[in-house]
Amino acid sequence: MVGSIAAIGAGLAVIGAGLGIGQVGGKAMEGIARQPEAASKIQTAMIIAAALIEGAALFAIVVSLMGLQ
Amino acid sequence: MSFDIGNPSIGLVFWTFVAFLLLLLLLRKFAWKPIMEAIGEREKSIEDALTSAEKAKAEMARLTNENEQLLKAARAERDVILKEAKELKDQIVADAKHLAQAEGAKLIEQARKEIDDQKKRALAEVKNQVSSLSLEIARKVLQKEFEDERKQEALVSDLLKDVKLN
Amino acid sequence: MDFRHFFDSKKISFIAIFAVLTTFSAVQAADTATADTIAATSHGAHAEEEFEPTNMIMEHISDAHDWHLWGHTSIPLPVILYTDKGFEFFLSSEFHHGEHDYHGTYYNYRLVDKKKIQVVNTAGGVDEEASKKVWDFSITKNVASMFLSVILLLLVFTSVAQAYKKRGAKAPKGLQSFLEPVILFVRDDIARPNIGHKYARFMPLLLTIFFFIWINNLLGLIPIFPGAANVTGNIAVTFVLALIVLVVVNFSGNKYYWKHILLPDVPWWLYPIMIPVELVGVISKPFALMIRLFANITAGHIIILSLISLIFVFKSLAIAPVSLAFVLFMNVLELLVAALQAFIFTLLTALFIGMAVEEHH
Repeated sequence: MVGSIAAIGAGLAVIGAGLGIGQVGGKAMEGIARQPEAASKIQTAMIIAAALIEGAALFAIVVSLMGLQ
Repeated sequence: MSFDIGNPSIGLVFWTFVAFLLLLLLLRKFAWKPIMEAIGEREKSIEDALTSAEKAKAEMARLTNENEQLLKAARAERDVILKEAKELKDQIVADAKHLAQAEGAKLIEQARKEIDDQKKRALAEVKNQVSSLSLEIARKVLQKEFEDERKQEALVSDLLKDVKLN
Repeated sequence: MDFRHFFDSKKISFIAIFAVLTTFSAVQAADTATADTIAATSHGAHAEEEFEPTNMIMEHISDAHDWHLWGHTSIPLPVILYTDKGFEFFLSSEFHHGEHDYHGTYYNYRLVDKKKIQVVNTAGGVDEEASKKVWDFSITKNVASMFLSVILLLLVFTSVAQAYKKRGAKAPKGLQSFLEPVILFVRDDIARPNIGHKYARFMPLLLTIFFFIWINNLLGLIPIFPGAANVTGNIAVTFVLALIVLVVVNFSGNKYYWKHILLPDVPWWLYPIMIPVELVGVISKPFALMIRLFANITAGHIIILSLISLIFVFKSLAIAPVSLAFVLFMNVLELLVAALQAFIFTLLTALFIGMAVEEHH
């Protein structure tokens, strides 16, 4: 039972992170399409933002993994 | 279920510390320092080469420019010399012409004078001749006139008639 | 950030090598899984014992006191215990895979759950009190694998450094030309834009972190002997890396950095809120680094092992091709993740250092 709830928690975290990173990636693509010469700068900023979002999601995943124990 | 999240094992923490710090120190001394230095040196040498190439190019351009300048100056000088020569030539020609004209005029003048002189002399001679001729003629006429006595008397009386004593 | 150049070059040979490796891994993982099931079935006198994918996966991603080779063959590793009476040294083979207790100089020891060493009392039970006083400094599988990676890195980079010394300012060659773009990538795309002109001081740390994580990620993907340890997917390892980053960032922080934390640009009555928030931020940044690397690598291993497990869960050979195709795909993806996580860890480290040393005008 605890395991299933933990799995649901992990799933929810993934939904949030997926939406967030999708937004970041999409906007970055738009930005690159608009200004191809700024691509490398946008890419760096995008990776950093994605990493931060991913970090938040990872916390949730870790919490749900701890719930498994 | 054995996840290591809650309790990282102290042994692994310790060995990771040791291994990583050892790796960091050794690599810094034996790898990163020489590698970064070599890369930096190479980049510097490439940059230097580029700068010197740039400099050589600039020098080349400067030399070419200078050459052109010299050429231009030489051409200008030549033009000036040519112009001067032409002027000189013109001058000479003009002078010569002048001189010739003057000479010609002088000659013409002389000739005219000569002609005038000649003419005068000829006229004088003609005059002399004419006067002596007329004297001769007059003498001869007078001789003929005064052969007759009456005629002489007539003339004297005629002349006396004109004279009035005041 | 243009990292096409380091994927583009030698792309084809990369793919070829990894295709071979991943096929290997799939076959090998399948092998060990079968060995496990066979062992389970032959050991239990009962009917057929159920294949437990969770147990198999957990065993593969966690640390061990011996290095598994194949079937029932494994390399014993030294056990080092620090007890209240002194050090104890012996080989892990003394435990016979946890079936026997070892009679040490000071205590008797037992291997519990294949990884935890506990003290056994005279009655034959586990003595919890005494066990707490025993510190386990053993050379485990992860430690041994990490040492291997350290030796590999030292060999590779000292030889590259030699090449630089020998060839001087000439064009790079061989291994040197393969690693130079990566080093330049770390310098020009990670360190310089994020740290600024003071980057040179932090280059050794960034390069070491990058290559240490990368090679350990890659070694973890090799399914057979010299690899197979889940080093960067272990929280203890990522904890140490994050701790080093925390120390370096805060010790290189200048007065602007500390002013930003202790005297932020807000009305004074907000300080009771802002200062704790900033202090939490100081800790949470490296904490996120730790969790990210750990979770990414562990998740990758779990996914690959789960896909392999499908064959044994369904007990059907027909699943095998599908499962292997997925495993192959995941392995290639994990190769990308291996480099990407090393890159992100290094990039964020550089970013934090840059924040700490930034000058305000």
